[in-house]
Amino acid sequence: MLEYVARLDRRWIFLMMLLAVAIPILFQLRFPETPTPLAKAVFDAVENLPPGSKVLLAFDYDPASEGELGPMATAFVLHCAKKGHKMYFIALWPVGPQMIDDQIRKVIKTDFPNLVYGEDYVNLGFKPGNEGVIKVIVTDLRQLYTTDDKGVNIDKIPMMQGIRSVQDFDLVINVSAGYPGTKEWVQYAATPYGIPVVGGCTGVQAPLLYPYIPDQLPGLLGAIKGAAEYEKLVVDRYDLADVGRYLEGLRRMGPQLVAHMLMIFLIIAGNVIYFAQRRQERYRP
Amino acid sequence: MNRERMIWTGLLVVAGLWLLGRALWVGNGVVYVQDLGDVTVSSDAWEAVTETARPSIFRTAGLWLAALFTLAIFSFLYRDNPFYKIAEAVVVGVSAAYWMVVGVWATMVPNLFGKLFPATIKAWAMPGLSPVRDPFSWLYLVPLVLGILLMMRLAPKGQWLARWPLAFIIGTTAGIRLVGFIHADFLSQINSTVLPLVAMESGRFDLAGTLGNLIVVIGVFACLTYFFFSIEHKGVVGGVSRLGIWFLMITFGAAFGYTVMGRIALLAIRLEFLFDDWLWLIDPTGARPPM
Repeated sequence: MLEYVARLDRRWIFLMMLLAVAIPILFQLRFPETPTPLAKAVFDAVENLPPGSKVLLAFDYDPASEGELGPMATAFVLHCAKKGHKMYFIALWPVGPQMIDDQIRKVIKTDFPNLVYGEDYVNLGFKPGNEGVIKVIVTDLRQLYTTDDKGVNIDKIPMMQGIRSVQDFDLVINVSAGYPGTKEWVQYAATPYGIPVVGGCTGVQAPLLYPYIPDQLPGLLGAIKGAAEYEKLVVDRYDLADVGRYLEGLRRMGPQLVAHMLMIFLIIAGNVIYFAQRRQERYRP
Repeated sequence: MNRERMIWTGLLVVAGLWLLGRALWVGNGVVYVQDLGDVTVSSDAWEAVTETARPSIFRTAGLWLAALFTLAIFSFLYRDNPFYKIAEAVVVGVSAAYWMVVGVWATMVPNLFGKLFPATIKAWAMPGLSPVRDPFSWLYLVPLVLGILLMMRLAPKGQWLARWPLAFIIGTTAGIRLVGFIHADFLSQINSTVLPLVAMESGRFDLAGTLGNLIVVIGVFACLTYFFFSIEHKGVVGGVSRLGIWFLMITFGAAFGYTVMGRIALLAIRLEFLFDDWLWLIDPTGARPPM
């Protein structure tokens, strides 16, 4: 028996993991979420700004990480729209503009049709150059951004009046899937110029960004867990707990819990089998 | 036909029949669009009920392709197979083409040709561009020449010329990153690590803050000791060094846990796409009228 379990085909593990993720999705299991101080810090950074504040939203992710970062991007746009902030979207990833368009369609055009493009929100699109772009626009935005994503000259966009550099924004929100992302915003904007930056990132990046908290990065949403916590704060504050499309993060925590339970079980089982085998070998004649 | 192949063929036929039946009776996997003047935007089944939206053949085909490619990629978990190979080749091909197009339209046209010939580029591709040429625009001839030299790597002769632009790229990148790391990671992190070992909150002793600060200071000290190889790791130094290993292991464990969470989230979104958008088995966002 022990031998059979020790040599179990790994495809059974794959199947177990598939079921552990699929069943909670099919039954739409949801569990209560308690926001941590880091999520509250991100929420407060947006919430405490007066309405009409200028917020730069840098969406540095792509479809490969959309599942993890899409919910927090939606929550950021929803929160800014609810607070009445001016939203300036940019991207340092080539497919970032599509992610921005997706969020504009999902949140602004669906639930805030009164917001006017160019007056309340603008999509400045993608610029190549990674951290080089941040380094330039922290002192001179117009050197790189001469038009918006649609090719309209930014001098003809009303909400761009008075914007000379990133230092003119009240807050920078970065949704990051890797390089360039939150780390580069901290290195080239937050640290040298004291520009307030908050962010949300993939799970892989989160442990690398925690050392920046709280001096260089006041708040950070780590992976889908951070997204779910922030989402809860936003939907509770604005009474949107029954709007399904704003609960993606909370919904995806159901499969997370069951899959993590399975992983813990597998780790314990693997160790038990290993030590049992060692014991058997020791007492084998 | 061996037994395994027979089982798989049977399963695929049953799944195909179920899918066909569901598509015919339920109509799952259909994408609706709305015509708003000269633009077509995505819509949902609710709008189709009120006849303000219509099914889109191309977007529906796109959704079915996305679903089938997702299954093709998943099939690799069982074994390498032709479906997986096709999906993999498509991903690589599309990505390469996308990067090439982005490189031309997002880098070369606005950042190089748009600076050298603004009026021509404005008339041809970027109507929002200012036609006035910057007095120092001739400086952009430098990156143009360096770019051409970089392409020499592909030439049969004179490949060594590509080393100059490469040296320029490596030098500037190292310079930019060095400054960023020294300021944000080295100096600021030293500043963040110098913490009071007894934390006070509003004039009172703060136990949680004190413990947190102690962990940070001891953790940094122990980890630095582990990477300090000028003294042999035995005695007190060895003990502190082993403590450093514990801190590092906990860090790696946290990183692994976060990575697992990220990967499960990616699996969850693909399954949600299959169950919701494609098969219409669930409807968490209320995008469709009840069946």
